[in-house]
Amino acid sequence: MITENDILSWLKEIPDPEIPVISVVELGVVRKIELNNSKVTVTVTPTYSGCPAMKQMEDDIRAKIHENGISDVEIKMTYSPAWTTDWITDEAKEKLRVYGIAPPEHSTIDKKVLMGLQERVVKCPQCGSAVTEMISQFGSTACKSLYKCKDCLEPFDYFKCL
Amino acid sequence: MNQQEALYQYTLRLGDNALILGHRLSEWTSKAPLLEEDLALGNLALDLLGQANSLLEYAGKTEGKGRSQDDLAYKRAEREFLNNLLVELPNGDFGFTIVRQFLYSTFALFLYEELSKSKDEQIAAIAAKSLKEIKYHVRHSSDWMLRLGDGTEESHNRVQKSLNDIWMYTGELFEMNEVDAILIKAGIAADLNAIKQKWSSKIEEVLSQATLKRPQDAFMQTGSRKGIHTEYLGFILAEMQYLPRAYPTAKW
Repeated sequence: MITENDILSWLKEIPDPEIPVISVVELGVVRKIELNNSKVTVTVTPTYSGCPAMKQMEDDIRAKIHENGISDVEIKMTYSPAWTTDWITDEAKEKLRVYGIAPPEHSTIDKKVLMGLQERVVKCPQCGSAVTEMISQFGSTACKSLYKCKDCLEPFDYFKCL
Repeated sequence: MNQQEALYQYTLRLGDNALILGHRLSEWTSKAPLLEEDLALGNLALDLLGQANSLLEYAGKTEGKGRSQDDLAYKRAEREFLNNLLVELPNGDFGFTIVRQFLYSTFALFLYEELSKSKDEQIAAIAAKSLKEIKYHVRHSSDWMLRLGDGTEESHNRVQKSLNDIWMYTGELFEMNEVDAILIKAGIAADLNAIKQKWSSKIEEVLSQATLKRPQDAFMQTGSRKGIHTEYLGFILAEMQYLPRAYPTAKW
């Protein structure tokens, strides 16, 4: 007998297409899994409105469930509540850091930074130095900013808060 | 006009603004003055196209004639587009693009803040989602207004000229008609008079920091609420719609 938890564990094996060290579940994109008789409905939410990886994630989720012998799969899209980087688990944040991407801080801190009320300290994921500077608010994908470490001089991505 | 028709038109307005401005920004790809700005403008374009996708999908559902977001984006003519004239203006130099972005993003910020409290659940959800992205857009264009305005004599003069040239397209952002009246009554739309006050004071704050002069309100362009556009929209649509019109069954 397959349960919703089994389906969740399958989805945990699907890597994020752009950041393959974390899964779509760890990213917080999978919001709900419902199993009715033999039909599975997975509710997902986009990270950024225009995230080009979204379609890929939907296809991967559908394929993964098919692989496990369930043919009736529906993917529903929801916009509310809006995705936030706070849904990325601490464990996943550590994986991001090891991968070379500075993980997002808690979004309340980032909001203050965005409003100019607080300075943000982003630690270099390579050497751990706090002496870093932002090169650009916008980086290689919608969810990242570009930083540079002033100690080890390596450029790196910061997963910006949303 | 009933509420459903009003909601359809209102959602089209929002979606068309995001679509056309997103398309304009995408024209900077590979041509921006810095690699970082190439990425930044591309990212803004992507956010806006994503927002357009959600809004036009909802417009299609509201209309109830089975049109998808792609049908609405690719199979309507100029007169059926309801985006503001501001967003269809050609990119000009980098300073012009920044001024246009600054004026529009600040407008979108206050509008979406209001719409995230809309009684229409889907409008509220899309607005709340988009708002998170728009905050970054406002930060980006405000930073550049400061750098260019309070920069060299050349950058100051060019950005001031762009501001003077664009100003006559800002009045239209706040025009209201029957659509607004119906939806404000239903608690769905935002009162643009209130948005205008917030917008004005924010714009003045940044302009004065940037040592730029706010142009006088004089003659204002109008037309988009009735689907009357500048000559530029037709050229955008010709490029944007060519492929799906020439190859209707194409998939990508």
